[in-house]
This record gives sequence, C-alpha cells and structure tokens, in this order.
Amino acid sequence: MISGLNPGFLLMAGALLIPLLPRLLRQGWLVALPLLSAAQLLTLDRGDRGEVTLAGVTLHTLFVDDLSFTFALVFHLALLLGSIFALKVEDATQHVSAVLYGGAAIAACLARDLVTLFICWEVVAVASAFLIWAQRTPRAYQTGMRYLAWQILSGLLLLAGILALVVERGGPAKLTGPLVFEALPLDGAAGWLILLAFGIKAAFPALHTWLSDAYPEATPTGAVFLSGFTSKLAVYALARAFAGQEVLVYVGAAMAIFPIFFAVIENDLRRVLAYSLINQVGFMVVGVGIGGLGVSGAAAHAFAHVIYKGLLFMSTGAVLFRTGTADANQLGGLYRTMPFTAVCCMIGAASISAFPLFSGFAAKSLIMVAVAEDHRPGVWFLLLFAAAGVFHHAGIKVPFFAFFGHDSGKRPPEAPWNMCLAMGLAAALCIGIGCYPPVLYAILPGPITADYAVYTAAHVITQLQLLLFSALAFCVLMLSGRYPPELTSTNLDVDWLWRRPGRVVWRELTGPIAANFGRLQALLLEGLPAAVSRAVMRPLRVDGLAARFWAMRTSVLVTVVLLLAYLLVGAVHAAR
Amino acid sequence: MTLTPQVPALVVLVPLLAGVVIGLVRHAGLAWLLASLASVTTFALTLALAARVQAEGVVIYAMGGWAAPTGIELRVDALNALVLALVAGMAAVIVPTSRASVAREVPADRHDQFYALVLLCVAGMLGVTATGDAFNLYVLIEISSLTAYALVALGRSRDRRALTASFQYLIMGSIGASFLLVGLGYLFLATGTLNMADMAVRLADLHGSTTVRTGVAFVIVGLSLKMALFPVHQWMADAYTYAPTSVTALMASTATKVGVYITIRFVYTIFGHELSFVIMPTDAFLLAFACLAIVVGSLQAIRQHDVRRLLAYSSVAQIGYLVLGLALGSALGLSGTLVHLLNHALVKGALFLAVGAVVYRQGGATMHELTGIARRMPLTAAAIAVGGLGLIGVPLTGGFVSKWYLVAGALEAGLWPVAVVVLVGSLLAVAYVLRLLQVVYFGEPGTVAPEPAGEAPASFWAPALLLLLGSVALGVSGQLTGGLIAAAAGALAGGAP
Repeated sequence: MISGLNPGFLLMAGALLIPLLPRLLRQGWLVALPLLSAAQLLTLDRGDRGEVTLAGVTLHTLFVDDLSFTFALVFHLALLLGSIFALKVEDATQHVSAVLYGGAAIAACLARDLVTLFICWEVVAVASAFLIWAQRTPRAYQTGMRYLAWQILSGLLLLAGILALVVERGGPAKLTGPLVFEALPLDGAAGWLILLAFGIKAAFPALHTWLSDAYPEATPTGAVFLSGFTSKLAVYALARAFAGQEVLVYVGAAMAIFPIFFAVIENDLRRVLAYSLINQVGFMVVGVGIGGLGVSGAAAHAFAHVIYKGLLFMSTGAVLFRTGTADANQLGGLYRTMPFTAVCCMIGAASISAFPLFSGFAAKSLIMVAVAEDHRPGVWFLLLFAAAGVFHHAGIKVPFFAFFGHDSGKRPPEAPWNMCLAMGLAAALCIGIGCYPPVLYAILPGPITADYAVYTAAHVITQLQLLLFSALAFCVLMLSGRYPPELTSTNLDVDWLWRRPGRVVWRELTGPIAANFGRLQALLLEGLPAAVSRAVMRPLRVDGLAARFWAMRTSVLVTVVLLLAYLLVGAVHAAR
Repeated sequence: MTLTPQVPALVVLVPLLAGVVIGLVRHAGLAWLLASLASVTTFALTLALAARVQAEGVVIYAMGGWAAPTGIELRVDALNALVLALVAGMAAVIVPTSRASVAREVPADRHDQFYALVLLCVAGMLGVTATGDAFNLYVLIEISSLTAYALVALGRSRDRRALTASFQYLIMGSIGASFLLVGLGYLFLATGTLNMADMAVRLADLHGSTTVRTGVAFVIVGLSLKMALFPVHQWMADAYTYAPTSVTALMASTATKVGVYITIRFVYTIFGHELSFVIMPTDAFLLAFACLAIVVGSLQAIRQHDVRRLLAYSSVAQIGYLVLGLALGSALGLSGTLVHLLNHALVKGALFLAVGAVVYRQGGATMHELTGIARRMPLTAAAIAVGGLGLIGVPLTGGFVSKWYLVAGALEAGLWPVAVVVLVGSLLAVAYVLRLLQVVYFGEPGTVAPEPAGEAPASFWAPALLLLLGSVALGVSGQLTGGLIAAAAGALAGGAP
C-alpha cells in the first residue's frame, strides 16, 4: 500500500484514535486496524526500506527479510486474536496500550537501525506496563512498577550498548550511515551490553523474574497480549544480532529446564503458563545459539508459540473472567459449563506439548533436529527432558486442574462469543499448522524450505514415547497421591534476591535524601565553625519563621562554602 | 520615523511601559487585556528580531544613540534571539490564558498589580537577555527578581506559606544578585569597562589575575543561585509550590532559563574559553554539581506528595542537564543545552498549566487530588502524560534530542561517567513520571478521592497542549528553530579548540 511505511507505525498512529471513537465504532476499528496493518506488511517487498528524518538524524525504519517478516506476521496474528478476545473490554486505556504495545513490537521487528529499535523497545516497555496497572489493585501497581523497572533497565542497557558501539566505531563524528541492526560481535562492551538488554526481555535465567511476577497480575485480556510480544521480540532480536553464539545454547538449555520445577508446584495457573513460557523461549534461544537450521527452528517455534501460548492464556483468561480466579485449588470441573473453552485449552495444551498434528510438533522438531545435527547430545537430552516437563505442567496440569480434576462446584457460563471466536481461530491455526506445516515452512528464514519433511517415523515415534511416559508419570503421581498438592502458597524465586536487598538499598538511598534533605545538609554543616554560622545568620534572624529558616540558613551557608571552595580550587588550579 | 531599527529596544520597552500603565488602571479586566496585548506584541517583536538576526547576523542597538563602551548597548545574536523569543513566547501563551486561574488564586483587588508585576518581570528577563552591558544586566536582574518575589507572595490567599516561600526566595535571590554585583565589581576594577564585548577583549589580556579570578568565582556562584543549581536550589521548591500556578508556569519556563543563558554568556563570551576552562576549573565545578543536581533532584522528586513540588525538584534535575551541557564546553554539549532549554521550557510550562487546571478543579495538586482525574479531565491528563514523557526524554519529544546531544557530547569528551549520569537521570525520571501517570490514570491504590466536576476550561489545557505540540515538533524536526541553535552553539564553541 504505502511504500516504505513500517506497519507498526500505522498501528501506533491508529491506537491514538481508539479513545475518540464511540463503542461500536471502536470495536470495529480494533479488528480492522491489525488487518489494515497486515495488508500493509504483505504488500511490502523484501528489502523494502523506509527512511525518516527525525530531528536531523536519519532513521532507517524499515527492513523486510524472511526473519523480520515471520515475526511481524505472527505479531499481527497475535494482535488480531488478542483484540477480538478483548473486544468487549470497556476500558479504552487497555485497548490503546495493547495496540501501541503490539504496534511497537512490530515496528521493532522491522526496524533497520538500532536507534529505531531502541525507540520501539522503549514504547514496548511503557505501553505494556499499563496492561498490568489496568488491573487497578495495589498489588498490580507494585508488580507493574517492578516489571517496568526491569523493562526500562533493558532499554537503558540497549542504549548504553548502542552508545558503546558508536564509541567503538570511532565516535559520533566518524559515523557515516546508519547503525544497522545486524550481527554483532561479542568482543567488546557494546556486544555484551546489548546481549544483556535482549537477555532481560528474553527472560534469561535470574533475569526472568519480571515475567513470572507480572504476567499473572495482568488483566485477563492483558496477559494474552503480554504473552505474545515482549519475549518473542527478544528472540527476534537475538536471532538478528547473535545467531550462532555458543553461549546462547547453554543459556537456552538452562531456561528450558529450570522453570519446569516452579511450574509443577505453582498453584496460579497463569503463573504456570508464565513459567512454561520461559521454558519455551529457552528452546528458541537454543535454536538461535546453534544458528542456521536452529534459527529457522526458533522462528518457527516462535510463530507457533505465539499462537498456542496466546490460546492458553485466552482460555485461562476466560476462566478468570468468568470465575474471578485462576488458582488451581479453586477450580475444577468447569468442562460441564465451559466445554468450548475446555476444548480450546486442550488444543493449546496439545500444541505446546508438541503432539503430532499440532503446531508445536511442526516447530519444535526443527530445533531438536538442529541440536542433533550440531552434535550436542547433552543439550539434546536436556531439551528432551524439558519437552517432557512441558507436557507435564502445561499440557496436562493446566487443562486438568481447570476443567477436570476435583469438582469445584463452580458452574460459570461459557465465555462470551468474542472470546470463543478468538480461541476458536487460534485453535484452528494450531491444528492447521500442525497438519499442514509447509504453510509455515514457506515463510521461514534460513535453510528450510516448504517441502521439508517433518512427519518422519523417527520424529513421530520419539515424540509419542516421550509424551506417553510423561502422561504416565502424571497419572502415577496423581493416583498415588504424591503429586504436589494445589495450595495457596508463595514460591520463592530468585527475585527474592532482587526485591529484599533491592528494597533496602532503595529505601536507604532515597529515604534520607528525600525526606530529610534539610537535616542532611545541617548534619553535613555542623562540623563547620559555629562562628561562621552565627556571623552569617545574625542579620537574618526573624521570629516565627524557624521551620523555613533552617533551610534558608543552610542554603546561605552552602552558598558561602561554594564560593570559598571555588576560589580555593581556582587558586590551586591557577598555581599549577 | 520607521520603527524597524528600534525593534531591539521595543522588545524590552513594550512590556516595561505596559507594566507601568497597567499598574495605573486599577481594573482587573482591563489589566488582563492590556497585559495580553502587550505580551503578544512583544512576542511578535522578538520573532521579527530573530528573523533579522538570522538574516543579518548580530544586531547591535545603542541605547539613546550613545555608542558603546560609553553608552549601553543591546546586542542580539543567535543565542539571545532564541532566548528572547522563548521568554516572550511563553509570556504570550501564559498571560492571555491565565485569567481563570488568576481569578481563582489571586484576590480580585490585586489583579491589576498581578498583571503589572508579570509584565515588569517579563521586561526584566527580556532586558537581561538582550543587553550587552554588564551593569545593566545586574539592574535588570534585580527588576525581574524583585517582581518575582512579589508574584510568589501573591499566592498567599491560597496558602499562607507563600509568604515564607517568597521571603526565602528574596533572601537567596538577593544574595545571588549581590554575589553577581561583587563579581562584576572585581571585573570592572580589573578591566575598567562594563560593556560585555569590551570586557571580553580586556580580560583576555589579563590572563587571570587574582582580582579576575575572584570576580569569576563570585559571578559563577551568584549565577548558580539564580539558576537554582544544586546545592543552592532549595528556594525554588517552595517558590514554585506556593506561587499562583500561572506564575509558576511562567517562572519555571523562563526565569531559570534566563539564568542559564546568562551563565552561557559569561562563561563563553565574556570570560572566554581560556579563563573559564583553563585558568579556572569552571567546567569541573559546574559538571560536578550538574551531575549531583540530576541525581539528587530526581531522587527528591520521586518522594514528593505535592505535584508542584515534584515538578520543582524535577526542574532541579533538568537544570542539571542544562548546566551539564554548557560545562562540556563543546558544540555538541551546547546544542544539547539549547535544545533542552527550549524543550524544558515548553514541557514544564505545559505541565504547570495542567497542574493549574487541577488546582482550579480540585483546589490543590497533591497526589490525593490527582487520583483518577483522567476519567473526568481527559485532556488535562493527556497534557500531564505527554509532558511527563517529555521530561523522561522519550523519543519523539524534544527531551530525547537534547539528551542524545548531551550523551554524545559527554562521550565525545571521553566522560563516560557523565553519560551514565544522564542515563540514570532518565531512569529516575521514569520513576517519578510514571508514578504521577499511574495516579492520574488509575488512582493511588487504596485511596478514595474526590471526583472533579468536569474538564477544566479550555484556557488551561489548550495552551498546555499547544506548548507540548511545540515540544513534539522540536523532537520530530530539527528545523524548527531555523538553524538558530546550530548557529549559536557553533559560534559560542568556536573559541574552543
């Protein structure tokens, strides 16, 4: 349609219209906007460029290749499905932030230079925080703040990395042409800073706590958007800049393993999903670390993952919307009155567990093959274990405790039609991609082509064995009563380390400075000869102004001290 | 007789005379009308002057036909043409739209005084900016300061603490002015001239004698007080909090900016590179306090309950950015300072106007009174949101451009820690701005607050949004100032190696 226009910008501009529209028109606009933007994306040619001059700096805002196209396309799908799912939400703030958030993620994927990437990166951070705050509880407020602190830290690291890159390339004066977002070497501060920035958004181990902390606190519809964009944007960025970096293989493997244990003991089903999200992103990071076929696999996995993870968050969101809780111990037996949601949830569960004929199988197999072909048996076994774990907690636990399990007695009505529609569409996509993977393979980057055969006997049998034994383990544990019970509990994650000492440091830092600044000044100045104080203060002494006076007295003292210090330093400076 | 050659003088004389006339009319409506006319006229004059500077270069106007160094001259180049247009422009936006706010916050029998004082204050600031004479500069500073003290005190009918705030401002401001006067005295003793250009030439020959160095120290410290540079910034928080809101909007966007302008003028034009940076350690001195201002000011802003105080401490931090750029001593740093000067004036002016709307509707501007106002006052809330993002320096606002320059300037000078301070300052700004936005949009958790009766009159949010539009335009297009910034930065830093 419009040559050189990044579709993300179209979305961001369109988001600003949302609050101005009356209700029905707004609902139409929410659906039409992603479709319009997707049409714009589809009409762009590979290699299309868009250059915008911003305050004298030329930004290269658009670059379409297979990698960016894949991610931008699936982000459009996620935005469309999420918008349909959230269609009946009355709160315009949520709609604006969701569309801004998705638009910025899409714009970031298609950005040609690092400055554009950084700008979009920050919009992603701020817009998404509002999806958490929109829950409007004190808890959501606190969580949103912690979430935002991490996201902003990521943005700052990215900016610092970009600046370091400028310095490494000879300073601002020597810079000609754009800072193209391309493969970056890990041989200086710049590369590591940027990797760390991406790592926070990708939820690397120990940097992941914002994710499992915040997503379960978002609004029922907000979590659907959150699960789609942030971490996958990070996977895209890693694939663009650090494909084939050895370190990512190990980081990814760790990410795939550790969340499993948390997911198994967790009671809040949306938090279970958040942990499994980290585990899934771990697979992708391994793929990126291997490079080549691995990157194709990571892109395929991200594509499938955005849809089925969205589906799972939608079904738990629908449950939360209808019952007011997503805690396993308060749910159960909902299949009676919410059969459609239950079926959709199981389709999502089958997809995330990589059952043959579901989308996860078509995607995850690529990564496993890439690991095997790269001759990494250790990582391969770890991922195999992780895959079994996924089935265990996301594939069985979520649908089982929500819709089956012990009967909670709750009989909520089926989800509203728009939620059902969104879930149905997502479920259809999961099955469609699983049954006919060439549609996905055709658009992937890397060495993969549409005729790649994923349904080989070896793949299918390996996966089925894995799944059946995992299911067996669940059954045995469940029947023997050894399965961790669903209890309301708080499970400690490494974020305790950030939060407790962090809070103390923060309090110690801001508290005295902010609350007692005047006293602090006085404290610092008490060491000075009292005579100076008296001499300066005597003419100023006025009754009844004592409280104000104190600040003034110290201010005057500070002025005198400043002058003396400056004169002294000046004299020493001149003498040298 | 054509008036065109007299434009530099008229820029100062129009508001000055209008102020005197308004002081005589004793009618609130008429005073407002005259003040509005005068401020808009002045703005038009400054624009004409800026266009002339752009076309002809430096414009020199000898007062009364007495040529410098004997007489007083006005000397307008790219730098002060920009500041003149800024000051007059802010007055032209704020004065005509201030009527509702003033009616709410200032007793009715004082309106004529209010507008007279505002115009005299503006005239003082414009004179300070335009003059090429050092003693004239001191006199005009006193005019703008004395009127400002009185304006702050006019906030007393809303809150008695305006009186102590005004008193504190008076004491600190007078000390600052006295320091400046003493410093100028030393420089006059050493050079025998009060004309700035003349002084600059003669100072270069003196190579920093003890007298000169003492003079420099007094001037720099005095100006630090006037700019409210950390750690002599305490007066500003009270003054901004208790003054009538439109006064705060005007002062926050002009007074400290003029202070920064004078500092640039002294450091670069009068003292010159050698005296400022080689003989005296002005760069290190200002840089250190600028960094402290950014960090401490932002930290203090985070904990505030009253939004005006929050914004005042944010100004302390923003002044840190301004001083940081000028202390870098390079064209990049100065560009950062000048862009930030414009941007911060626009953003802070807009934010205080929006806060004025809240005061108008809610009677105060604490976090409690801001709770969830977005529902009933969406436009005011939008102004606070966009202004807040501008304070952080989010891309597409002018704040991003200026911080970009500052960081690039710091890196160019090899000052890594300074670049880090700029970034950390942005992070802290995120904290206090988002806390504000969270309260405005979602309400403070766990509090029930009075609902505002409705959106404030358009005279509050329309000028705020207009100023923010300016800030965004500054962020999107580098051409907005017609190359004045580049010209000014280039000319000033030209002396630097």
